[in-house]
Parts: sequence; C-alpha cells; structure tokens
Amino acid sequence: MINTKAIPDFSVSPHVDQVGIEERASRFTKRSIKNETKLNGLLLALNMIDLTTLEGKDTDGKVKQLCYKARHLHDAYPGLPTVAAVCVYPSMVKVAKTALGDSGIKVAAVATAFPSGQAPRDVKIRDTKFAIDQGADEIDMVISRGKFHMGEYDFVFDEIAAIKEACGDARLKVILETGELVTYDKVRKASDIAMYAGADFIKTSTGKISPAATMPVTLVMLEAIRDFYYKTGKRIAMKPAGGISKAKLALHYLVMLNEVLGEEWMNNQWFRFGASSLANDILMQLMKQKTGLYQSPDYFSLD
Amino acid sequence: MSKSVLKKSSPLLNGNGISNQISEKRLEVLKTYKIYIGGQFPRTESGRYYVATNSKNEKLANMCLCSRKDFRDAVVSARGAFGSWSGRAAFNRGQILYRVAEMLEGRKAQFIDELVKQDSTRLQAEKEVNLAIDRLVYYSGWCDKYQQVFSSVNPVASSHFNFSVPEPMGVVAAIAAQNNSLIGLVSIIAPIIAGGNTCIVLASNSKPLCAVTFAEVLNSSDLPGGVVNILTGKVAELAPFFADHMDVNATVLCEPDTSLVAMAREKAANNVKRVFSYDKTDWLSAESQSPYYITDLQEIKTTWHPVENIGGAKAGY
Repeated sequence: MINTKAIPDFSVSPHVDQVGIEERASRFTKRSIKNETKLNGLLLALNMIDLTTLEGKDTDGKVKQLCYKARHLHDAYPGLPTVAAVCVYPSMVKVAKTALGDSGIKVAAVATAFPSGQAPRDVKIRDTKFAIDQGADEIDMVISRGKFHMGEYDFVFDEIAAIKEACGDARLKVILETGELVTYDKVRKASDIAMYAGADFIKTSTGKISPAATMPVTLVMLEAIRDFYYKTGKRIAMKPAGGISKAKLALHYLVMLNEVLGEEWMNNQWFRFGASSLANDILMQLMKQKTGLYQSPDYFSLD
Repeated sequence: MSKSVLKKSSPLLNGNGISNQISEKRLEVLKTYKIYIGGQFPRTESGRYYVATNSKNEKLANMCLCSRKDFRDAVVSARGAFGSWSGRAAFNRGQILYRVAEMLEGRKAQFIDELVKQDSTRLQAEKEVNLAIDRLVYYSGWCDKYQQVFSSVNPVASSHFNFSVPEPMGVVAAIAAQNNSLIGLVSIIAPIIAGGNTCIVLASNSKPLCAVTFAEVLNSSDLPGGVVNILTGKVAELAPFFADHMDVNATVLCEPDTSLVAMAREKAANNVKRVFSYDKTDWLSAESQSPYYITDLQEIKTTWHPVENIGGAKAGY
C-alpha cells in the first residue's frame, strides 16, 4: 500500500495545455517508419491487442469463435504472435477461459456495472469477485464519472482501492471514460487518482462513448504515468481502447509510447490496445508486406 | 494618400479607398486539375505531376501523376460506397445517371472548349459531347431493365422455384481509352455504375482534361462519393496494381498493348478477378453502346427456393 502521506492533493493536479498537447500528439503521426521497423511494429501491435467483444447479444458461440480467432489469427501467415488477451463480460469468462486453454492468452473481464458504473459499491465488488472466481486474469473497471464531476474525488479513490482489493492477484485496469470527462485537465486528474488508488493499468474508454481513445488524450495519460513513475518508482501500464481500427494509427501510438515512456513499456505487459477490428487491419498490412499485394477483407476471418 | 488628391468620386477608389476599377488586362484564373477520390478532389499523395500538352506542344495543364497509393485509397472508397450503391433501387440509379446527363448538357460549352484545346475540331468536339450525353441517357434507361432481360426462371425437376439473376461484381478498376478525352471515359463508367458496381478509372494520359471536369459533373449529380473515382497518370505504372489488388473484383482495359493485357490476366489470377479487354472498340460508333457492357460486369446468381407443397395442393394462382 502507498503511504497515505504520499497521496497528493488531487485538486492541484497539473493543468494540461490543450493546444500544446494536440500539437505534440500530431507530431507523432509524421515520423518516417522504414519497412523493417514497420513489420516489427505491426507484429508488436498485434501482440498488444485485447481482442474485445462487449455486446448485449454476445453468446457462448460468439465468445468461443473470438477465442479461436485469438489463437489462430491468420494461419496463412506462419509464426504470428497471438493477441495479449480476450476481453469479455463476467458471465462469459468461464467460456473464454475454457476456450483459450493453455494458450497463454489472458482473459480480461469488464466488471463494476460496465459501462455506466452506476451501481452501489457492494454490487460492483460482487461483480468483480464473480469475474475473479470464474477465472479472469485481469479486471477492467469503470470509475464513477458522475461522482468525479461532483468533485467527490475521495469517493472515486476509495472505490478504485476497494475494487483493487477485491481483485487479489488479478491486474486491475481502470477505465476513465475520457469521452465523458471532456477536458484534458480532468483526464489528468482522474489518471492521478486511479494510479494512486492502486490501478495497474489506466485505460481511456469503454468503447461505448464517442470520442473514445484519441492520441492527445492518450498522451495526457502517458505523461501522467511518466510523472507517477518519477515520483513513486512504480510502473503503470496503459490501454487506449475504442476507435483504433487501423494499423497505421496503431503504429502512431507505438511511436508515441516509445517517445514518452521508452522501451520498457514496449510490450504487452505495459501497453495494450482495446480493439476488435484492429487485428484484421494489421493482418492485412502484414500480408501486404509479405506478398506485395494490397489485401481484401474477403480473405480474413470475421471478428 | 489624402482626400484632397483623390476625391471620393474618383474612378479608382470607392468609399473604402479600395480600387474597384476592372482592368482590361487581367490574369486568367486557371483551374487546378486534381483527381477525384471518395467524392473529394485531392491532389495525388505522391506530390508528382506531369504536363499535359496538345499536338502543337502547348502546355494545357499540370496533371496529377497518381501513384499506387492513390489507387489504394480509391479502392477503399469504392469498396465503402459499394454496399449502398448496389443496394439502391435500380430506378434510383437510373435517375442519378440521367441527372449526370443533365449536368453534362448544362456544361457542354466547357467540355467543347477543352476538347478543342486537346486537338479536336469544334465540330468533332460537339459531336463527342452530344454522344456522351446521349450515352448516359441510354445507360440510365437500362438501369432498371437489364435485370428483366437477362434473368430467367428455370424449369427444374424438383419442387423448387429456380431463378437466375444478374448481380453486380463489386469494385471495378478500369483503364479508359487513351485516344480520346471524354467519350471513352463516359462509355466505360456508365455501364459499370448502371449495373450497381463502383469503380476506379484511370483517365487518358495524353488527353486528361475532360476526365477531371467530368468528375465535377459527377460530383454535382447526386452520385454518392466513392461510386466513381477518377485518377490521372501513367498506364504502365498503374496497370499492375489495377490487376493485382485483392479487393478489386474486375478489371476493364481498353489497351491495344497485348503484353499489358497478358500481364493483367496473369496478375488477376491472384483473386480470380474478371478481366475484360475492349481494345478494338471505337467508342464513337453506335455499336459501342449495348446492355452487354453492363452484363459483362454482372455475375449470374441462381437461387433454389423450395416450393411449399401442402397436402398435394397446387399453386393457387
């Protein structure tokens, strides 16, 4: 546990220069990436994906199919890595766990009344414990955005801490839902609260609200992680989620990650993409690199 | 400058002191000829250009020298537009093609001027533009008729209702005739989109002006963005990509060069795309319009529908 004396006053979290952060983020999209680097970047990005299905209409069959996809991304390309994890609702954890078997792919579960988070704390804790009992390796929780906007930072902090406790050994990802926080200042503040309260990951969005992950908002969070690391020596992981569906954009994120946090973060222990259609676009780019032909989605599995 | 020198009534200045005299010698505002992708007029991503000239070696315009990446982007927008374009009512596609003809009629003079710049006589130019308009009306009429003419109900031995109907192939990559500016382009595009396909067309390299102006006509004709994409550039550079892109379903060539056609056929094998070569067609002739240009780019699909046979009852009508 972090010494309470070390917890800063969140009302004085640093302000974010909106123009500066957007300008800086746009610079990462203009780096020249050579072919070999691009190939390695694509393979790395593929290995960082949390393959996600979070629909009301999810069935056992859909989850099994997604897990099969996670293990066999594109068998026409031998030697591909697998994705990092499969992300499902708690009720689907057991199905996913069985389907993934000994593949080493983790199962992440969204808990705490995802996506709104509008439920009493004991319900959220039960939700989390249920997912853990079913075998989830990672928990994706949502913060109470309403309470956050009301300035009840203690409530948000305590809730994250309580869920962290319920998680046990499972890694906790804290979803800020940046699209509902609106300003970069609030994103920065929420990041600080989540990290001091015990988050292992901070994650941008649920994917249910637009805008979801953007490069500037991810940059604000990466900088919060960097400052937290300098202050406490503790490393926090990052997961942008929602809206990242093109391989090129994923490479821009990797450039940003490398330039803000450095090489230690360049693996799926410390960085993830929450996405469903990104995997296919990366696979199409990889096949383009391999065959020299522009690809068609007709020849890749549906996800 | 004080008011005493230049009075308010001076012809050079209006009330704000800004000159509103129209000079007799003014710089002509020249059009920037750009390409047409996804309903937008971007420049080529490569930043390259070539100079289009006429037979007297007069410079006509700087044209985009498109790269394979422009083609790739065009395929993405053509694929995106395919679902809704093919799903539209055939009658509506006919209305839109007719609208294209209307718009072209309204801008006839501009097309005639451009054709004259590109070595046509005024008479030839007028004939070519009129023919292009008529051809659009012709294919507009076919939009909701070729289905009836070319589909069939097939007699089968089992209790099935069996019918075959033409369905659009998908994304078509076409290289237009290189020896004329407008009629070749229109004669290729019209049957492709009349049949519900979307397309990427490479315009004539030596006579490219009308292609870009025609894109402006398309853009103001209720034609959804991405249904037609027009590129300018070199045939030899782009043809291999027209033939081997996995997301292109058919390639149409108007090339007399047999080695290029052979190359296209070979590369097309990658995803078994259809290749059509209209190398000997004279697009100014009456034979160069027919519903077969539409059905070339259609797949015939056959459906077996079980006939419900309750208690030996016969069909009630």
